[in-house]
Order: sequence, then C-alpha cells, then structure tokens
Amino acid sequence: MRIRPRASVARAIAAAALVLLVVAVVAMSVGDRATNPAELVRALFGSGEENVVYAVREVRLPRVVLAVVVGAAFGIAGGISQGVLRNPLASPDVLGVSAGASVAAVGVMAIGALGGPIGLVPIPVAALVGGFGAAALIAALGFGAGFRGRSLLLVGIALSTALTGITQYLLTRMDVAGAQSAASWLTGSLNARGWDDAAPVLIGVAVVVPIVLILGHSARALIFEDDLTRNWGINGSAVRVALLACSVSLAALATSAGGPIGFVALVSGQVARRTARVADIPPILSGLIGAIIVLVADTASRTVFPVQLPVGVLTAIVGAPYLLYLLQRPRRGRGAL
Amino acid sequence: MTQALPASKGRTSIAFAATAALLVASVVLSLAIGSRALSLDEIWRGLTGSDPVASAVIWQLRFPRTLLGLLVGAALGAAGVLAQAVTRNPLADPGLLGISSGAAVSIVAGTAFLGIGGGAGRMVLAVAGAALATLIVFAFASRSPEGLSPISMTLAGMAITACLGAVVSAIVLLDAESMDQYRFWQVGALSLPDPRLLWIGAAVALVGAIVAVAISGSLGALALGDDTASALGVKVGRTRVLAGAAVVLLSGMAVALAGPIGFIGLVIPHAARVFVGNDVRRTLALSALLGPLLLTVADIIGRVVVRPAELQVGVVTAVIGTPVFIWLTRRMRARKGA
Repeated sequence: MRIRPRASVARAIAAAALVLLVVAVVAMSVGDRATNPAELVRALFGSGEENVVYAVREVRLPRVVLAVVVGAAFGIAGGISQGVLRNPLASPDVLGVSAGASVAAVGVMAIGALGGPIGLVPIPVAALVGGFGAAALIAALGFGAGFRGRSLLLVGIALSTALTGITQYLLTRMDVAGAQSAASWLTGSLNARGWDDAAPVLIGVAVVVPIVLILGHSARALIFEDDLTRNWGINGSAVRVALLACSVSLAALATSAGGPIGFVALVSGQVARRTARVADIPPILSGLIGAIIVLVADTASRTVFPVQLPVGVLTAIVGAPYLLYLLQRPRRGRGAL
Repeated sequence: MTQALPASKGRTSIAFAATAALLVASVVLSLAIGSRALSLDEIWRGLTGSDPVASAVIWQLRFPRTLLGLLVGAALGAAGVLAQAVTRNPLADPGLLGISSGAAVSIVAGTAFLGIGGGAGRMVLAVAGAALATLIVFAFASRSPEGLSPISMTLAGMAITACLGAVVSAIVLLDAESMDQYRFWQVGALSLPDPRLLWIGAAVALVGAIVAVAISGSLGALALGDDTASALGVKVGRTRVLAGAAVVLLSGMAVALAGPIGFIGLVIPHAARVFVGNDVRRTLALSALLGPLLLTVADIIGRVVVRPAELQVGVVTAVIGTPVFIWLTRRMRARKGA
C-alpha cells in the first residue's frame, strides 16, 4: 500500500524536525561550560579542548539522544493509542501502562536492593512485561462494551492508583539511597543515563515505526465505523490490536529508559493533530513533538535550576494543566471526550 | 447509586448492631495481633497495668494506633458519603478527587520550607491544601462539557494529583531526610508522627461531623436534583459549600494523621447503602462505623501478611479498593446501557 504524505502533515513534520534540530544544538551547547557552535562542531568530531570534547561527546550527546528517543517513543505511543481509542485522553500514562511498567521495573530494583540477585531480569524486559500485563488487565476489565470508551479511562486510572500504591510500598522496603534513586526514576529522569539505556528504546522505535507506517492508511480509516471500513477490506479489530501492541511496547521501553515521564504521551498527539490540522494523529509528527518536549524539558531541568530536577517534574507541571484544559474544552465531533 | 432497597427498620438495626459488634472484635484483634501476639488474658492484664510488658505494648504502641485507625476510618467513610452525595457521583473519593494529594503536598512543602513538623501547624497545612485542591478540581470539572460527571471529576483529580505529586517529588528528591520520612508516610500508614495530633485531629473531625449531620437532611433532598431540592426548601448553594467544607476538614485531617489512604471513602458508602438504602443520614452513620472497621481490618491484614515486616494500610486498602472501583464502573456502564 502506498503512503501518500499529506501536504499539511509533511510541512508540519519538516517544521518539527527543524525545531528539534535547533533544540538539540542548543541542548548540546549549554551546560556547566557553554560552547559556541564552532566549538560544538569541532568537539563532536573530536578535536578541540579535551574537557569540552568530553562534555559534548560523553555527557551531552548521549543525553540528548536519549531524550530524543524516549520523547519520540512516548509521543508515538500516545498518538497511536489516542487515535485507536478515539479519545484524546487515552494515552499510556493515563491508562496505567506506564504504571505497570514502573511497578515491574521497581520490583526488579527492589529485589536487587533487598539482597536478591541484582539484575535478575534486565529492566527493559521487566518494563515490557509490566506494561503488557497492565494493558492486558485494562483490556480484560474495561473493554467489555467495545474497543473504546470512557470506562476504559476510569479502569486505567484506578489500576494506576493501585499499581502506584504497590510501587510506593516497594520504595519503603529499600534503603534510603536505593529508594531515592528509584523515586527519582519514578518521577522520570534522564540523569546519569547514557547509550546503554537508549539502545533498547532505539531498537523499539526502529521496529515499530515501519509497522505504524505500513498500517498508516488503515489506521486513518479507523476514524470511521468498522462496518464501513470492512467494505474497504480493512479488518478494524486486527489493526487496532496491532497498533495498541506497538503503543504499549514503545511506552514500556521508554519508561524503562527514562522512567514514566508524565504527560508527554498525552500531550504530543494532541499538539501534532492541531499543528497539522488533521482529524487523525500523524504518528511521526507526534513522535517528533514528543522528542522536542522531552529534550526542552530535560535541558531546562539541568540548566535553569540550581539543582538537577528530574525531567518528569517539569513535564507534569506543564502537562497536568493541559489535561485540565482538554477536559473543559467544548465537545467537538465524536472523537472528543 | 446502589439499588434503593426499602430499608426496613429491622434490617437497619441489624446492620448497625452487627457492624458495631464486628468493630469491637476488630479493635480487640488490633490490640492482640502484632509482632508479639497477646492472648485475651494478657490484653486484660495489659490494659489494667498488671503485666508491665503487655501494658507497654498495648498502651504505647497498639492502643494509639487502633485509636488512630478508628478516627481516620470514620472520617474517610463519612467524607466519602458527603462527597458522593453532593456531587451525585458514585465514584467520588477524597483520594481520587485529588483532595488528599492537596493535603499531602501542603504538608510536605510546609515541612521542607517552613519547618512545620507536627501539631496544629500540620493540621492547618493539611486542611488548607485539601481546600485548595478541592476548589481547583471543582472549578475545572464543572466547566467541562459534561459538568460534574464521574469521568470529568476523576480526570481533574488525576491531573491535580499528578501535578502536585511532581512538586512533592521535586521537594523530597532534593533532601534525603525528608525522602526517608515521606516514602513511609505517602503510602498511608497508621503511625502517628506526633501524639498531640490525635487530639487536634479528633477536634477537627468533630467539627466536620457536626456539619455533616446538620446538612445530611438537605443532602438527601439534593439527590432529587437541584430544582426539586430548592422546591423542598433546601438552600442548594449553602448545602454544597458546607458539604465541601466538611469533606475538606475530614479528609485533610485524615491525611495529616495517617497520610493519603485511598479508596475507603469510595468503597464504604457503597457498602453502607447495600444495608440501609439511599437515606443519607443512615448511610452517614453506618459509614462512620464501617470505615473504622475496614481500616482496622486492613491494618491487621497488613501486620500479618508479610511478617516480620508490615504492609502499610494504604497499600492494603488500594488492593481491596481497586476491584471494587472497577466493578462500580462496569455497573455504572451496564446501567446506562452505553
């Protein structure tokens, strides 16, 4: 199936990519010792003052790449689930997928901290299992009356609350240092992380994006009823399940690398839809916007404040009011809440 | 809401008598069970002071803890009834609406920046935080296209909780010491930070309870809709404000004493309505007994299941409460036929 990029979407993608590039350059230039663009380029190629090269290549570059892939993964995941469930609030963080990934990851950390085998299961694997487990639970409990709907959100919120309770209990079983690092992770933080953390997410994005693009045409048809799309040879349920699986994997992998950075998945898709002025949520654009959000928030969190704040603090403080705004927006069309 | 059973007098009095009896039994168990189990005989000798070891265990550890459970459980149960009645929202709960997290962030910020640890200051912080969160949730949820529907209120509560939670994380992550205290308290546990708080809490709860009882008749009329209630002579606005104030006092008090314990305010009113029907007064009275019963039993479960460690009571109530919440959601949907 040929994918025809729509002009408004293509323009928006180009603009978002440009913004992301600019932000990335700024992010790599600022820090304890600011670098000018010429210095930056030289340092990236390994020449120039030794400590500048170290700061740029060993500290800032991995962090920027991580922020971009984590943000892109959250953005794509959120855009997909909001589109498939036809609900602007149905993102993995609201639905409890991130909470499921978190509880599994913290569980593995707690086993290590309590004297059990450290690294019993790799954190990304644990997060994937937890994310899919939570998604399966939400599906089993909430889907009864069809594949979308607001009761799904209520079930997700309740499940998140319970899973968060369990995570908080796990925190009380660890020593202070372990608990503090786990709590920082739970807020969503890219502090002291590097290539090793970025790799699984990068693989996930590389696998999922082609699938999403191949399914793109069918996915756009999902805004119509199943009876109608069947005539076009599209099996609505199969496309939905495949896309939701992609969304859950990306959200879980991103959570394993950066913690459950709140509201990125929720906000990105909505911003993408509004920027491109289309009815559906273009996944690539949603991913680029997620990347911009996380990169800006992370750069601000490490430079603007006297201490390094976890990036999740900033995204929540900005994202929660946006959720409130979405909530009180007048209802428009069927897709709105 | 729960099916309006024509609550017969007999059924109602049996429900009250049975709950009271179970509550007494759970209090005795709460005094007996712990890392050192006490027999009935030892409890008696401990209470009267003739056995010094048992006496110390009971009077210094388990008695205050049990008392705290009774107070917080009653407050949360009553707050749940009021919140559900005033919003006509069967999923209303101080925890889910973000009221508890408002109180929590206020306490954490007060502790970190103003150095307020316990006593009346902590109570004032908690109630002020709860009030602010309540105002924000209602302001936003009432402007949503659906009005104060269960979904818009739950989502507004979630947004507030997430936003305030991030603020709390930022505060405690910067300071290992407050992190150490906070991680135990945020789960919701019956361990009092300051013994004076019990009496302050009891006083605040009493005020909340008096308001609740005073408006319970009007709240019953409110269930019929604003217009009908006005026609019946109920001052709708005043009833709402007073109910909100009582919810804020009761749940703020509970958070100041025991941390944000969720789901009690959600589950208990539904349980009470099964026995006594939809009458707000009777539901309120029975919830004030069922709340402490659930909290005390949850606390006992928490002491037993992961011995020698303890499972905080907030975790136990969350694990019990989530399935109930989901069941209620599904039933709501089934009724609407949506």
